[in-house]
Amino acid sequence: MRESTGERWARRIVLSLLTLFVVAPLYVMLSSGLKPLRDVQGPFTWLPSRVTFQPFVDMWQTVPLGRYLVNSLLVASSAAVVSVAIAIFAAFAISRYRFRGRQLFSVTVLSTQMFPGILFLLPLFLIYVNLGNATGIELYASRLGLTITYLTFSLPFSIWMLVGYFDSIPRGLDEAAQVDGAGPLRTLFQVILPTAVPGIVAVTVYAFMTAWGEVLFASVMTDEHSRTLAVGLQGYATQYNVYWNQAMAASVVVSIPVVIGFLALQRYFVAGLTAGAVK
Amino acid sequence: MATTTAPGPVRPAGRPAQDGPPSRRKRRTVRRSYLPYLLLVPAALLELGIHVVPMLVGVWMSLLELTQFHIRDWSTAPFAGFENYRVTFDFDSATGKDLLHSFWVTALYTTLSVGFSWMLGLAAAVFLQRPFKGRALLRTLFLTPYALPVYTAVITWTFMFQRDTGLVNHALDQLGLIDGANPPFWLIGENSFVALLIVSVWKSWPFAFLCLMAGLQNVPPELYEASAIDGANFWRRLRDVTLPMLRPVNQVLLLVLFLWTFNDFNTPYVLFGGSAPRQADLISIHIYQSSFVTWNFGLGSAMSVALLLFLLVVTAVYLLVTNRRREHA
Repeated sequence: MRESTGERWARRIVLSLLTLFVVAPLYVMLSSGLKPLRDVQGPFTWLPSRVTFQPFVDMWQTVPLGRYLVNSLLVASSAAVVSVAIAIFAAFAISRYRFRGRQLFSVTVLSTQMFPGILFLLPLFLIYVNLGNATGIELYASRLGLTITYLTFSLPFSIWMLVGYFDSIPRGLDEAAQVDGAGPLRTLFQVILPTAVPGIVAVTVYAFMTAWGEVLFASVMTDEHSRTLAVGLQGYATQYNVYWNQAMAASVVVSIPVVIGFLALQRYFVAGLTAGAVK
Repeated sequence: MATTTAPGPVRPAGRPAQDGPPSRRKRRTVRRSYLPYLLLVPAALLELGIHVVPMLVGVWMSLLELTQFHIRDWSTAPFAGFENYRVTFDFDSATGKDLLHSFWVTALYTTLSVGFSWMLGLAAAVFLQRPFKGRALLRTLFLTPYALPVYTAVITWTFMFQRDTGLVNHALDQLGLIDGANPPFWLIGENSFVALLIVSVWKSWPFAFLCLMAGLQNVPPELYEASAIDGANFWRRLRDVTLPMLRPVNQVLLLVLFLWTFNDFNTPYVLFGGSAPRQADLISIHIYQSSFVTWNFGLGSAMSVALLLFLLVVTAVYLLVTNRRREHA
């Protein structure tokens, strides 16, 4: 099938405009982190008056970025690992068994995705505070509470994507393992999991990204000690000064791990979505 | 959406004959029949504890007079019946009027954001179907906004929209589109809605692109070849092959985008720093403000419940209509 001249030009124009739209903020983020403060306090300039790495040094002092980073890392990685572990078992049950309530479970879990966050933010906030007063388990303003909250955010989509992956693994493999005397859990660990590694890695990255990027609960459920990057990064705007160059430098540092992780695994996301979408 | 592709008819839980003597097989059947439930327990408990129970508590709270006087010990809050709902839906009062205004802003915002995101995503997916030099690079680049943490993306846009130091006014001035001596404000006043919409589209269109790209991979190339032989041009191919083949993807994609955008809190919260200007007062921000600024959690909960009911109705109607259309097609 040949591409007509008109089509070729349409393609070039559309793709160029989209590229411009996507690149502009990325360029601002990357270039402004290399600017001295006075560059970002005056009219915008396309290029730094001189290139400096000072913002990448100063940003750790202006706000306690190190602490926010550690908090975010702990919360996001534990949420990701636990959520994926739980999703694996759930997805295995849904993919390999027919049981009463299977449909109900799938629909309920997916529909929690639709709740407005604000609806359960207030009750959850009060539940955490009251549970803390009653039992002494600190859930409000703690990394533990935030981790538990976040892992449920990625759970529905993780289960959905893993069911898609597991379904694409032929049942013949399960049956062969069972003939060899493997029970269901050994089948899961020795047959299904090794085959589904790309899917599991993609889902882990997704769960990490979800926790890493959440703002609403982070802004209500944390205090100075448990604050994560999502809230902490807004600290570069102080009452007296806005350190845009440091804010941009910090944004670059904070974005790089998730962007690289996502882009490296993009084709597995596409595969997971395809598996899910054809159903 | 939630059904899986089970090969063959539903099978009873036990394994066929080669499993050994009947007594052993029976024990296995019993154990297996609750194994799936055991596997689901952790996920179910978490969903119950963090989503379902708080949601029910939220419904309960919406029936209480839960103001700042009762927040320490909310068992003392008096039962208010539907009073909070009466206030919510009293569109003659200031509270109700503001809520209704916020609802319309959100509806317009959602329609435009989902519409633009879908169109950009479709354009990119269609134009990247054909192999050419640099295609993989563009695909990666287009997905980057989706991968960025929301707050870093929005903080960057906040900087770009600054009146005196931002890229937007500078670029518009260089193009001669605005008066450089008196540049417009973007984050307050009339323009704030446009600014919010641009950021929202920037952030969500890559997701549409990702899904549509995945959907296009399922289109057999023979279909395009057949329609090319028929002499179909670009638009006819789009209308007769691409869009019908994308229907199942679109059904889910548009619903998900709608729900995310309607509930969007992060974008306005970071862009405007907590409180949104009236022109861009999205419903999540509005409810958040009504609850945490005035400490009236009962009223805030009533508004949230109303929002949930609205979303439920829209979703149910949407699924009914699209499923019926799919069956008739």
